[in-house]
Amino acid sequence: MSFVFLIFLPVLAALFVPLLFKNLRQIHTGWFVLLVPVILFIYYATLLPTTAEGGQLVSSFQWIPSLDIAIVSYIDGLSLLFSLLITGIGALVVLYSIFYLDKSREQLHNFYVYLMMFMTAMLGVVQSDHLISLYLFWELTSISSFLLIGYWYTRDRSRFGALKSMMITVFGGLMMLGGFVLLSIMGNTYSIRELIAQAPDLASHSFFTWALILVLLGAFTKSAQFPFYIWLPDAMEAPTPVSAYLHSATMVKAGLYLVARFTPIFAVSGTWMWLVAGVGLFTMFWGSFFALKQKDLKAILAFSTVSQLGLIMSLLGASAAGFHIEDASHTVFKYAAFAAIFHLINHATFKGSLFMVAGIVDHETGTRDIRKLGGLMSLMPITFTIAMIGSFSMAGLPPFNGFLSKEMFLTAMISLTEFDFFSMDVWGLLFPILAWIGSVFTFIYSFFFVFHTFAGKHKPDLLPKKAHEAPIGMLVSPAFLALLVLVIFFIPNQVGDWLIKPAVVAIQPFLYVAPADVDIHVSAWHGVNPEFWMTLGIFLIGGLLFWTLRKWQRAYDRFPDNLTLNRLYDNFMYLSEGGANRFSALYMTGFIRSYLVYMFGFLVVIVLSTLFLTNAFVIRTDNLTPIGFYELVVLLALVAGTITILIAKSRLIAIIALGAVGYSVALFFVIFRAPDLALTQLVIETISVALFLLAFYHLPKNSKTVERLGFKLGNAVIALGVGVTMTLVALSAHSQKVLPSISEFYKETVYSEAGGGNIVNVILVDYRGFDTLFEIAVLGIAGIAIITMIKLRLSRKVGQHENK
Amino acid sequence: MRTNDVMLQTATKVVTFIILMFAVHIFFAGHYTPGGGFVGGLLTASAIVLLMLAFDIETVKKIIPFNYVMMTAIGLLLALATAGASIFFNVPFFTHAYDYFHLPLFGKTSLHSAALFDLGVYLVVVGVTMTIIQTIGEDE
Amino acid sequence: MEIIMSVAIGFLFMAAVYLILSKSLIRIIIGTGLLSHGAHLLILTMGGLGGTAPPVVADGVQITDYVDPLPQALILTAIVISFAVTSFFLVLAYRAYQELGTDDMNLMRGIEDRD
Repeated sequence: MSFVFLIFLPVLAALFVPLLFKNLRQIHTGWFVLLVPVILFIYYATLLPTTAEGGQLVSSFQWIPSLDIAIVSYIDGLSLLFSLLITGIGALVVLYSIFYLDKSREQLHNFYVYLMMFMTAMLGVVQSDHLISLYLFWELTSISSFLLIGYWYTRDRSRFGALKSMMITVFGGLMMLGGFVLLSIMGNTYSIRELIAQAPDLASHSFFTWALILVLLGAFTKSAQFPFYIWLPDAMEAPTPVSAYLHSATMVKAGLYLVARFTPIFAVSGTWMWLVAGVGLFTMFWGSFFALKQKDLKAILAFSTVSQLGLIMSLLGASAAGFHIEDASHTVFKYAAFAAIFHLINHATFKGSLFMVAGIVDHETGTRDIRKLGGLMSLMPITFTIAMIGSFSMAGLPPFNGFLSKEMFLTAMISLTEFDFFSMDVWGLLFPILAWIGSVFTFIYSFFFVFHTFAGKHKPDLLPKKAHEAPIGMLVSPAFLALLVLVIFFIPNQVGDWLIKPAVVAIQPFLYVAPADVDIHVSAWHGVNPEFWMTLGIFLIGGLLFWTLRKWQRAYDRFPDNLTLNRLYDNFMYLSEGGANRFSALYMTGFIRSYLVYMFGFLVVIVLSTLFLTNAFVIRTDNLTPIGFYELVVLLALVAGTITILIAKSRLIAIIALGAVGYSVALFFVIFRAPDLALTQLVIETISVALFLLAFYHLPKNSKTVERLGFKLGNAVIALGVGVTMTLVALSAHSQKVLPSISEFYKETVYSEAGGGNIVNVILVDYRGFDTLFEIAVLGIAGIAIITMIKLRLSRKVGQHENK
Repeated sequence: MRTNDVMLQTATKVVTFIILMFAVHIFFAGHYTPGGGFVGGLLTASAIVLLMLAFDIETVKKIIPFNYVMMTAIGLLLALATAGASIFFNVPFFTHAYDYFHLPLFGKTSLHSAALFDLGVYLVVVGVTMTIIQTIGEDE
Repeated sequence: MEIIMSVAIGFLFMAAVYLILSKSLIRIIIGTGLLSHGAHLLILTMGGLGGTAPPVVADGVQITDYVDPLPQALILTAIVISFAVTSFFLVLAYRAYQELGTDDMNLMRGIEDRD
């Protein structure tokens, strides 16, 4: 089966969304849309047995064969895991959105079309084996994210957030494209699999480090790593289902996917390991630290997402260590990649449910400001239970899945202290320390999130709405995810066998051949070891700090506002916008004349310089035709007519003189044996003059425009320049025939091949019929334009300008 | 500004038909001798313009009740269809066909699919020219 | 003959550009008309003015005697298009005058609402 086409199923389904929305308004459009991710999820689930045994599936279709561009769907453990996440979380999010977005008030057709577009884009990203199609889908995720963040486009903040995410992720995407191009030059192929196959050769190439850094820029901007994370908090203006889907579970993980996918190529490099692990870990710390500064529920979750993405990123960086250690699959270095994938799954489950909880709280109380919330425990018991499960998992408490992956994270970080390449022996100790501090703050903000919302004193007078439990339909999706959080804790090894190990093989092909080789067994109890003490420390110190949170949280307000990265971005945008405006104002005067002067000036400069720099200017006098008497007479008429136009005071005279010039040209056509042209020109000139007179009848009788002498002189100079240029071009064009004229072919075959006698007409309707077809199309367009201008009578509406 | 233009009107009645006949002749002659769709179309249009000058637009509209926008559209479609039809004969887009036939009255005549394309051109030229002049003329 | 024609073409272009750069709308339109005349003659001259028979197949004419038909075909297309463009311009000018009450290009600056 060509499952490559399944990537496009969502976007094809999106074609029907507006129809369904318009014609079946009484049924929420989301119910129809829900079918798509469910079907896809079931299909991808049937592929699980294949990948669990280490199998791979490829399906492709040629898109632009001449450029070797194809869309290749490559399914192995890693891409199947992501596909399942995309469709699975997608289905839950669509279900949730049915209750979150009101069918009568919201623009559902827009929403679901964007969402389906995103689903196609995301499936394309994770399944593409071809670099160029990967890039295309990658940018498509940015665009659909832009549209979804700006979904409530009447709000200023939404538009700002949408633009910010677009600017940063598209910047990264372009950098990544550069990296891809370098990679394709190095490996002489666009296929990722083929690049991985020749990975050892690539490392010595001089482009290697450049490609590495550019690809990482793409991954870091997409996955909101420091210092590019600033778009993610602003993206929280999107409707909550979107935040849960794009900005925590799937799109922001595209960067992680990219890093995981390219690990086999780049793992050999120390730069790679330092950048991925270092930036990731620092982001983890930074995000968790500043999550406590936030007042908005979704902002807390946004910073927490930044932090958790950093955590997974650092694990992926650490997994590169396995490349340098001999027989790493039997040492402590084997855990990093497994932990990365494991935590990625866990994060999708608990963060998805937490976002949905934040949406429920927002929906039922009317606010997301954590200072106004509190004491919702008794009013919303089910929501509270879900929130608690999610938060405790995020904090790393048993018996939730977050505990297991957090333990492995600590193991992996401790293992880096034993790694003695790339000066890790000196700095390696920093990793577990930073990881530990980040984990402490993670613990605190998880508790902050759940207890400051649901515990404490209820403040009904601060809430815009009277709080009550959400409808059952809205609770289904987060409850399901919370259930998964619990279930995964008890069956981690089944999850490992089916989902994680096949993905690990894709990340570390240099260690394993088949998923069965991955010798990792997850268990909740490892005995008393450093990880155990670290976890105990996190619980104790974290608990203590959370207890005293109210005393020291104010310290966050002391951070200077004007030194933040956000301010840097704002200033950059402001300056670039202002600079671009000033620069355009330099030459965009608003006078058409100025633009014409630029055009004519460039024409003269470019044509003349080409003419003389390439020695193209030649005059030959041996192929001239003799000068005839009639020609001279007509020429005189032509020049006289032109001069009359130039000096005529009255317009009528100018128009008549133009007619005279036109008739002279027609006479030239007669003299130079072009009967068709002469006929056409005569008739056209007649009709044109009639038209001129008709329009002239409506125009003001006397033109009041007075032109100063300087103005006229300037024009004259440019005009003279153009005139001289054209003369030189005409002379050189006539004097050298570099290629034989194609006309010989026409002359020879006109009767035998085309069955005609009038060569000009046969060229028009037969040899070059395409030109004529387009020409009459232009005629038709001109006719439509004229009708539009006259019949529709679009008047200038004063004061209707958008910005007024 | 109704002036006495009996002379013009009388002359127009004759001349218009001469021009129209000439236009048709030139259109069909176009494949072998000077002429063709463009010139034929322009001449036809000029004949109608002459009518409009001699009488007035409303009268001419009654005499020749064509919708010129439709005429343009039909012309464009005809041209496109002629070009596209070649696809169904498994030859490249825009391949023309011709052959010689013995028709009563005309004798040996060549029939050429390019003439259909030229007819499309003719219709577009007449349609657009008349559309332009009619819309400007009516807009008072 | 070609040299004289080239000079004439240059002159036509010069007059056309001068008119196009002026402020009055109608002069600009006349300028575009002249420009297309110049371009047509340029194409004709580029192909060479030789040949003794019009490009219509006739008995007893050598192939080399026909005038080059390709420039003629190009010009025929160009004539019709320039007609369409000129009439479009005319209507544009007419409507612009109706709406704005001027035919002075300098008064028709498009960005008056930028503050």
